[in-house]
Amino acid sequence: MESNWLSRLKDLNQERIVLVVAVLIFATASVALPGFFSAPNLISIVRSISVLGILALGMSVVVIGRGIDLSMVAIMAMSVAWYLQLLGDGMADHTALLLVFAGVLAIGLLNGFLVAYADVPAIFVTLASGSFVFGYVRSQLISSDAVPVPEGHWIAMLGGLRFASIPIEVFLFAILSGAMFLFLRYTKWGRYVYYAGDNPIAARNVGMPVRPMLVLRYVVSALTAFTAGLLTAASLHSINTRVVNSTLLYDIVLVTVIGGIGLSGGKGGVRNVLVGAALIGIMLNAMTIVDIPLLYQNLIKSTILLLAIIMDGLLNPRDEQTAQQGDI
Amino acid sequence: MTFREQLQAWRYNLVPDHVIGEILTKRWTDNAIPFLALVIVVASFGSAIPGFFKLYSLQESTRQLGEFSLVVTGLTVVMLGGGIDLAVGSIFALSAFSAVSMVFIFEQPVWLAFAASMATGATFGAINGYLIGFLRLRAFITTLVTFIIGRALYDILVVNFGSKIQMSMASSDTWDFIGDGTILGLSVPVLSALVLAIVTHIALTRSRPGWHVLAVGGSRRSAHNAGIKVRQTVFMTYVFSGLCAAAAGFLIATRLSGAGPGTGHGLEILALTAAVVGGNSLGGGRGSVVKGIMGAIIVMVMTNGLIRLGYGTGTNQMVLGILLAVAVTIDIRWLKNRHKVLNEVYVAPVYLRMGEAPSAVPGSGTPYALNSELSGATHIGLGEVEGPEDVILDRDDHLYCGTRHGEIVRFFAPDYTRSEVFAHIGGFPLGLAFDRDGNLLTCVGAMGLYQIAPDRTVTQLSAETRRSFTSIVDDARLRDPNDLDIAPDGKVYFTDSTKRYDAHEWTLDSIENRATGRLLVFDPSDGSTKTLLDGYRYTNGVTMAHDNKSLFFCESWACRIHRYWLEGPKAGTAECVIRDMPGYPDNINRASDGTYWMAWLGMRTPSFDLSLRHPAMRKRMARRLPQDDWLFPNINTGGVVKFNDKGEILHTMGDLTGLAHPMVTSMREHKGELFIGGILNNRIGRYKIDGADTGWTSNDSYWGASK
Repeated sequence: MESNWLSRLKDLNQERIVLVVAVLIFATASVALPGFFSAPNLISIVRSISVLGILALGMSVVVIGRGIDLSMVAIMAMSVAWYLQLLGDGMADHTALLLVFAGVLAIGLLNGFLVAYADVPAIFVTLASGSFVFGYVRSQLISSDAVPVPEGHWIAMLGGLRFASIPIEVFLFAILSGAMFLFLRYTKWGRYVYYAGDNPIAARNVGMPVRPMLVLRYVVSALTAFTAGLLTAASLHSINTRVVNSTLLYDIVLVTVIGGIGLSGGKGGVRNVLVGAALIGIMLNAMTIVDIPLLYQNLIKSTILLLAIIMDGLLNPRDEQTAQQGDI
Repeated sequence: MTFREQLQAWRYNLVPDHVIGEILTKRWTDNAIPFLALVIVVASFGSAIPGFFKLYSLQESTRQLGEFSLVVTGLTVVMLGGGIDLAVGSIFALSAFSAVSMVFIFEQPVWLAFAASMATGATFGAINGYLIGFLRLRAFITTLVTFIIGRALYDILVVNFGSKIQMSMASSDTWDFIGDGTILGLSVPVLSALVLAIVTHIALTRSRPGWHVLAVGGSRRSAHNAGIKVRQTVFMTYVFSGLCAAAAGFLIATRLSGAGPGTGHGLEILALTAAVVGGNSLGGGRGSVVKGIMGAIIVMVMTNGLIRLGYGTGTNQMVLGILLAVAVTIDIRWLKNRHKVLNEVYVAPVYLRMGEAPSAVPGSGTPYALNSELSGATHIGLGEVEGPEDVILDRDDHLYCGTRHGEIVRFFAPDYTRSEVFAHIGGFPLGLAFDRDGNLLTCVGAMGLYQIAPDRTVTQLSAETRRSFTSIVDDARLRDPNDLDIAPDGKVYFTDSTKRYDAHEWTLDSIENRATGRLLVFDPSDGSTKTLLDGYRYTNGVTMAHDNKSLFFCESWACRIHRYWLEGPKAGTAECVIRDMPGYPDNINRASDGTYWMAWLGMRTPSFDLSLRHPAMRKRMARRLPQDDWLFPNINTGGVVKFNDKGEILHTMGDLTGLAHPMVTSMREHKGELFIGGILNNRIGRYKIDGADTGWTSNDSYWGASK
């Protein structure tokens, strides 16, 4: 009976369930909550989800390729903090940007190298590199938890930029989503991500450059994190490195997984990220309007994440043939 | 001998290269790196921090270490079972809160607080265990999420009840003692960590549930196939880990008498780093509690040391990140390459200059001259048997042989066309012999000495001897029992060809040529096994002399036959009776005319003899070339050789056509015929011996005529 129930659920598929739930919450909130269905609030929903969505795009490329990047939040916060600190110390803008860009690239390459060539599980590599990036930048390169954006810098301008009263990050999120969609769907390299995620050994046997592609994915996610960090600094006019210890990382995983991108790789795409982001954005906004304290929001979010993972586990059971010993 | 060759001989025969390979096969070498790290960390921080080694300072700093070790021990067990538990941090915090609220809000006794802590840990562990064990979710991501849920719960609880706890007036002496007191100079956390470590260690190494955990971690599928309840085992590891974290949480609750927002913060990455730095393998199966504890000490000393030395925010995370990355990478690389390293260094050839052999060329006129007499043999069981190393006949003329499939096959007299599996052994039966009561005794490759009674019950007689004092790898176990014979008093004399390789790796043993073969005796009266002689190059065939006062055994790679005296003035000593033969001897058996048959498994070649004088070349060869390209004893030509008590060679029979019996490992004379076996052959040969006594059987010769 259970398998029957499951197979019927499979027809429904996770993405559609989430979409339906999102629409339902949206409809309910629109009716029940005053001020929810208004242009400013809708814009703020989209805006609140933009940075998270951009991070989730980076994460999704890695996850589709059967990996995970737990160092994203550290890279996001610490790279920008270092950049702002360099600017504050009076370094020329392009030199500082170049230096930080090189640093981000190096961490992405290091993550990718350890995963691809040293065969270390991605979760440990990125857990360790996240801890290292935070610790190193915090203790050696910057002097306080929060680093402000210098007066009149282009990042501050960026934060104030509006087109048709819609903030710039929304457009950026849209552009990046479009680019990622085209990359994953229509380029050779994009298709390779799916093949390598579905069955890395087979992909390698066929002759795809599985290892260089792996490195590329971690570089992409590191650069996405850097972009998201710049946007965060733009809207807040500073960057607080304490965000590394917050639940932001789990929110990224939540947005990625809940839309239907399986953690076992090879499944999903940009559309799933958009659906996941929509659900989380609507939910967080509704919870804030209802005035649920942040602590309870965390509990609700994490419980939903657990349910999503259980659902994912039931719908995409681990393949014992391609799962490797030690693949935890 | 040139000077250069002499140097080679000294270099390869006196320097014990093989020891390196043998040490590397030891599992404790895994501990070497973490242990070294431990010593360095403790020494450097101990000297950098003033008063580090003072008793009071140690008592205080080890309280935290004790709590931490409890958590790491739990995590180690989960990791051994092939999982991971990141939720330990929030379980720790939640159970600390349970204990504190029991005592300070509900004002209950301490034991109830402890029970509340453990219940919290068990519940949380059970949730993790259910999700990962029974629903088979991914351990890392699942425990990550339950960790966040636990943390969110804890934060809510602390915000709502934190002030109530602080304002409470409740107090308890037991509570304070657990938090502050010492027993025999040891604090309660250290004591409980020690007790838990010892109990867990014993459980893991010496109990059924512990073995199940290791088996599941080592290979899930094999464990399942072996009938282990995999899901339940995985479930239990998480419950155990939950309980360990809960105990640690209870202890910190008593120590701090409160629960703040920082309790257990970052504990999961600390514990994970500790477990991995200690050398516990990700993915399970390899590791131990001791490794976990070593890792715990390294991480604790390092992180606390950095704080006490006054390094700023973030330094700890940086160091932890590096530590975790380096440890995981070393672990993965070492696991992946260990066998390669071992292969590189294990084969350690020695120098040997073989003596000049008489010619075996057909027509050369020596008694060794080969011919094609054996090609006239008829065949038994052609294509039905694989690898009859030895053959033997019973008093009813039935023919027995061992096969590669681990069975003893019986062919029925008189025409030997019908056969049956006489007994299933499970290992490759090599040498065979009948005792006085008609029991069939056999040396089973890699297993030991076994007896098959006429009613087919299989009994193990011996699988080990006394361990020698200088051994690194335990040489008590018989690795390659090869041939046996039985004295009139029932004692079984048998050979164990090599201590360095398993039976199927005999080519490597021939290339290494190290003298590690043994002659042993099994005494059925008390069941004991003793080593009589040690240090021969591949001891192989054994047979009792016709007068039963001595026995002959051969040394395959040295092409020699020795005589070991059981009685008389030379009792207990061996002397070489035939040396420098042109072929490699195998089994030896009695012949009807008072002489002996010896099988040759192959012939010496000038090229291999030369390579024996060049150990470095053989080492390179074994390392760099695929097995098919190795130079090793020629086994395409063998034969049967007859010799007498004085060691004189009387006659040689071969099969130069190579069609029927290229390699001979055994032959048995029975009623005027010779039955021939070969370990790589697909048949048993039957050869009529001219002029032999057609009434003679070896059973009569050993045990007297049948009644």
